[in-house]
This record gives sequence, structure tokens and C-alpha cells, in this order.
Amino acid sequence: MTVDVSALHMVLTGDPGLFAIVRLSLVVSLSAVLFAALIGVPIGAFIALTRFPGREGAIVTLNAMMGLPPVVVGLAVFLALSRSGPLGSWGLLFTPQAMVIAQTILVAPIIAALTRQTIEDLWVEYRDELAAMNVGPAGRVMTLVWDARFSLVTALLAGFGRAAAEVGAIIIVGGNIDGFTRTMTTAIALETSKGDLPLAIGLGMVLIFIVILINALAWGARRAGERYAG
Amino acid sequence: MRALVSDLPLMLVEVGILAGEVTVLDDISLTLSPGAPTVLIGPNGSGKTTLLRAAMGLIPVTRGRVTWGGRDASPPDRRAILFQRPVMLRRSTGDNVRYALAAAGVPRTARYDRAAELLVLVGLEGFDQRPARRLSGGEQQRLALARALARDPEVLFLDEPTASLDPAATKAIEDIVRDISARGVKVVMATHDLGEAKRLAGEIALLHRGHLIEHGPAAEFFAAPRSEEARKFIAGELLV
Repeated sequence: MTVDVSALHMVLTGDPGLFAIVRLSLVVSLSAVLFAALIGVPIGAFIALTRFPGREGAIVTLNAMMGLPPVVVGLAVFLALSRSGPLGSWGLLFTPQAMVIAQTILVAPIIAALTRQTIEDLWVEYRDELAAMNVGPAGRVMTLVWDARFSLVTALLAGFGRAAAEVGAIIIVGGNIDGFTRTMTTAIALETSKGDLPLAIGLGMVLIFIVILINALAWGARRAGERYAG
Repeated sequence: MRALVSDLPLMLVEVGILAGEVTVLDDISLTLSPGAPTVLIGPNGSGKTTLLRAAMGLIPVTRGRVTWGGRDASPPDRRAILFQRPVMLRRSTGDNVRYALAAAGVPRTARYDRAAELLVLVGLEGFDQRPARRLSGGEQQRLALARALARDPEVLFLDEPTASLDPAATKAIEDIVRDISARGVKVVMATHDLGEAKRLAGEIALLHRGHLIEHGPAAEFFAAPRSEEARKFIAGELLV
């Protein structure tokens, strides 16, 4: 019982250490979702709207990559960014940027795969009308992405959920350095193993609260938009 | 922006279309010229929709050829089609029309005024901000018609535009079609409704099992049908 009370106390009093950790977690995961969307939405739309050899294989690979193990991605990014790795000269290992890179790799396939499915379904519906209106390839992509925007929010949320919840990749490439690369999930893993349960529980509560809050905001935006667009 | 050349006369020359192994259209020769509406009649599956799509240029023909104003290829700048089940874009009613105007190359500044005119024309004034997908079936057909007219078409193809509508909604569509036709747009409409064909047609083309059975002025067709199929169709017998 004392454990729960002190965790709540930290949350309610806005403990500065806790606040820094929460802030970094959000910055890293939201940046990763942003970059992953910039990569994943065009890739998904491209695969949805073009026919090329190996397309089926690309779809299966993309779907499979939704389940990439975070620790494996973390290891790959670690090797790439380590001093002797191909990108070692960037000096990014054990920085928040490295964590963003790792999470972007984890999230992009999710957004691309869900975008592909969403856009393809809408394309089946719109194909005749857009052909009759003589809409060119670029116009088609923009029309479909725009008209599917509320469904694509779900893809972004799935990506954010993945990024916010994972610990395996960022603990490897970030190093869980106090005050620099420590996030909610890495801190929970560390504090739990150290036995500092109040901080771990406090962080856990904040993490769940934030995930619910962001999903609620996105849901509200989606509902409002659908009411307008039908 | 807009081609000044005409798509008319639109000619189908010995057109055959296969879907897999199935012959959907067989040896169809038909010329569509400016003037009163041409109504394609025939039972379901007779090839009306396929003929419209081929004439619109949406599907390739297997045999024969289609020419628009004597040309073998013509972008659908001055043609528009109203599908049997039109798809509403996930936008407001007004945005659906403005999208079609944009696709037709109408400059941005002119789109709002033109969209408002088109909505009035189809009886949807005041619907601008309504989500298109929440409209009733009849309203959706009228919006789709406004969208088709946004292309300022020379030829307008209509695929059973009133098939699932009640009499009031049907009358609304037919009145608009008559109005459009009077303005000089060539209307080519498919229907399996004999009454509708009588009300609108300037000329009739009867299709049956992918064949063009008869083609001629409507008055002549109804007064003195030349084929057994036409006699059956006019008599209201089931033509299968």
C-alpha cells in the first residue's frame, strides 16, 4: 500500500525527474511516428496502387515486418551506429536520435502495411469514378490518402502504441542514461530490477494514462471528422 | 485545358468484348450522333453497362474499335458517366462537386460559384455542407449527376440512373436529364424500364445477350418493332 501511495505522490506533485523522463519518451515516440508516417504512408500507397513483379512478396514482407522483434531492431541499429559500424561516424549511439531511428524502423512497417490495406480498399471503391473523371496517378494518391485520412489515424495510433510500449530497441541503442536517454519504459525496466517500485509504478501509471489520452484525442478527432465527411 | 474537338459522332464498329471466356458484347455497330437521347434497353446482363463503359473509354474492346469524332483515342475531357451505383467521395456534397470541377480543370476561383449552380440544377441547393454519404439514394444520384455535369460534357452516359429510386426521385432525375438534353448534351442512357425509355428516348437501341437487336427512332421502334425480341419487350413480356 505504501508503494502505491508514494507513486501517486510523485505523479501528483510533478516530480521533475519523472517529468523529464515522460517528456523524452513522448518526444522520441512521437518523432518516430512522424518519420515513420512520412516513410510508411507513401510506401503503403505506392504498393496499394501499382502492379509490379514481386508485389505479393512485398506485401507479405511488409505484413511480417509489423512483428519485428524490438531487440533485434535495436541490435541492428546498435551495430550500424557503433563506432566501427557503417554509420559510426555520425556519433549517434546512446543518443535520443538513435532511439528515434530504432523506433522509426519498428513503426514504419506497421504504418505502411495498414496504409496499404486502407488505400487499396478505398481504391476498389473509387476506381471507376476517378477513371471517369480522368484523374492522373498523382491525383489518385492524394485523393485516396486524403479521403482515407480518418482511417489512417488508426494506423498512426497503432504505430504510436508500438513505439510507446517498446523497451527492447531503445534500451540497446539509447543505453538508458539517466537524464539523457532514459524513457518511461527503460526506467520501469531498470527501477523494477533495482527494486525501486514506487518510481516504476508511477511511470507505469503515467505511461498508460498518456496512451489512453492520445488514443482518446485521436478518436475524438476521427469522430468529428467523420461526422463532417461522412 | 478543354479539347475543342468533338467526340461526336461516337462510333462503335463491329465491337466485341470478352470477359474471360464469356462474350459480353458481340459484333456491335452503333453510331451515336448529336441530338435527342439514345436509350439502350434490354434485360439485365444484355450488355448495356459494358457498352456504356466501352463508349466512355473505360474498358478496352476485344474486337472491333471505338472512335470518338473519328479518332481512335480521346481523353474523356468531354464525356461523363453516371454509374448505376455511384460512389460518393468521403467529403461534403459541395466538395464532391468541387472535386469533379477541379478534375475537369476548372480554375479554383470559379469552382464555388459553379458548384452552387450545379447543386441548384439538380435540386440540391442548401446541401453544400452535408456529408455526401449521408444523402438518400435519390439525392446521391442527383449529386452524382451534378458531378458528371461538372465536366461540362458533350456526351453524358447514364447507367440505369433510376433503377433503385421511387417515382418522385425518378421524376426528379428524368426532369434533369430532359433539361440537360435540351441544352444540347448528347444523353446516352441505359434502362430496363420500358416506361422510362418511352418518356425520354429520341432513339432506341435494344440489346439482348450482347447483340444489338434493333436501333432506330423511338417512335418507329414502339410503333412498328421489327424483331421478335422488341415485340416481346414492348408488350411487357419477360425477355430473358
